[in-house]
Amino acid sequence: MSKAKLVILDCWVSPFCMRVKIALNEKGLEYEAQAEDLFGGKSELLLSSNPIYKKVPVFLHDGKPLCESSIIVNYIDETWSSPPLLPPCSYGRAQARFWADFIDKKVFDACGNIWRSKGEVPVEAKKEFIEILKQLEEALGDKDYFIGTTFGFVDIILIPLTSWFFAVEKIGGFTVEAECPKFSNWMKRCLQRESVAKVVPPPEKVYEFVLMFRKMQGID
Amino acid sequence: MAESNVMVLGTWASPFVLRVKIALHLKSVNYENHEENLPESKSDLLLKSNPVYKKVPVLIHGHNPICESLIIVEYIDEVWTTSASSILPSDAYERAQSRFWAAYVEDKFSTALRRVLFGATEEDKRAAMAEVSEGIVLLEEAFVKLSKGKAFFGGEDIGFVDIVFGSLLEWIEVIEKLSEMKLISEAKTPGLVQWADCFSAHEAVKDVSPDVDKLVEYALKIGARVLKATAATN
Repeated sequence: MSKAKLVILDCWVSPFCMRVKIALNEKGLEYEAQAEDLFGGKSELLLSSNPIYKKVPVFLHDGKPLCESSIIVNYIDETWSSPPLLPPCSYGRAQARFWADFIDKKVFDACGNIWRSKGEVPVEAKKEFIEILKQLEEALGDKDYFIGTTFGFVDIILIPLTSWFFAVEKIGGFTVEAECPKFSNWMKRCLQRESVAKVVPPPEKVYEFVLMFRKMQGID
Repeated sequence: MAESNVMVLGTWASPFVLRVKIALHLKSVNYENHEENLPESKSDLLLKSNPVYKKVPVLIHGHNPICESLIIVEYIDEVWTTSASSILPSDAYERAQSRFWAAYVEDKFSTALRRVLFGATEEDKRAAMAEVSEGIVLLEEAFVKLSKGKAFFGGEDIGFVDIVFGSLLEWIEVIEKLSEMKLISEAKTPGLVQWADCFSAHEAVKDVSPDVDKLVEYALKIGARVLKATAATN
């Protein structure tokens, strides 16, 4: 029987791609990451696998494409059950999905409102970003991870986005550690995991990318 | 199975609340309906149960509040398991596809519908209408693919995508009435025409769906203004 082939159409700086890679690492699965050149030209495989959004990540399991990072992570969890990324009880799962959805709706856009701003960063944008982190801090409470004592779904959905926070801090003129120390501790805890450390790029590299992107867009 | 500890916080006009009610009816779960007086006021129970968004629907099961309609429907599917009415497919890949299309309807399609009704400018409404038309064509293709010749996206019986998309049918009809234009038509989307009829007639749907004329009245009252279809076609 041939081994199932796992491929991710990838971009090193995309936090959405990082989610998929972390999930695969957590499950101890080998995969091939095919780098997409999102500025030069998207591959035929990407365009045909994700015709609706034409975005990374796309996960190919034996050639069958799956799109949308949270959906992909769910699929990986359901297909390879150990270790589980979602809690066993239905209410716990609903809570995990709720926070993953909240993160998807709010965090990256709030980052963008800061790093995409021309000139002075609006006070409202900084305030909104910190408020979102404080809401997440409240959800975390005194736990090590978002749902209980083990690293799981919500942590996987959120930790890659934090690789963009250094850029947001530099451009916004504040630090997450000062504003949300509990959140900052959770970040450090997650970044120590091998599955995460292998995937998340150094924040300075992301910052360089953001600066380059700002120049390209005429913001700088 | 009668449940005395299930409550739905909702409003009669909300398609998101409708999803929850359809799912509960499908599973034959009795529940207490708590009608919120939105947008005038929000009950203490709503504010306590959904402090993050302060929105309906909320499902309260025992003491546990669950928020966000898609998450609630998945919760209902997991808790009340009868093999006759599984909302999500059992195959993981098919489940991922259902979630993908449900997310598409939720993130892209329903926001475009809202802009058709409540968009700030004529230009925004026109752009939104074009997005809705494109979206319906995509959903027709998805229907053909997912239904595999059966009546519903879910196959023999209604499933996740049916519930998430089907709950918008009355609001689609509101737009059709106000714009004097068919969005789901025999000419462009014959599959969806048949599907819409089957969905609306389903046991779990027909008694909970809102009346379209009442919805039109309500929509106009809360400020919906839909551009009438122009003579020009593309």
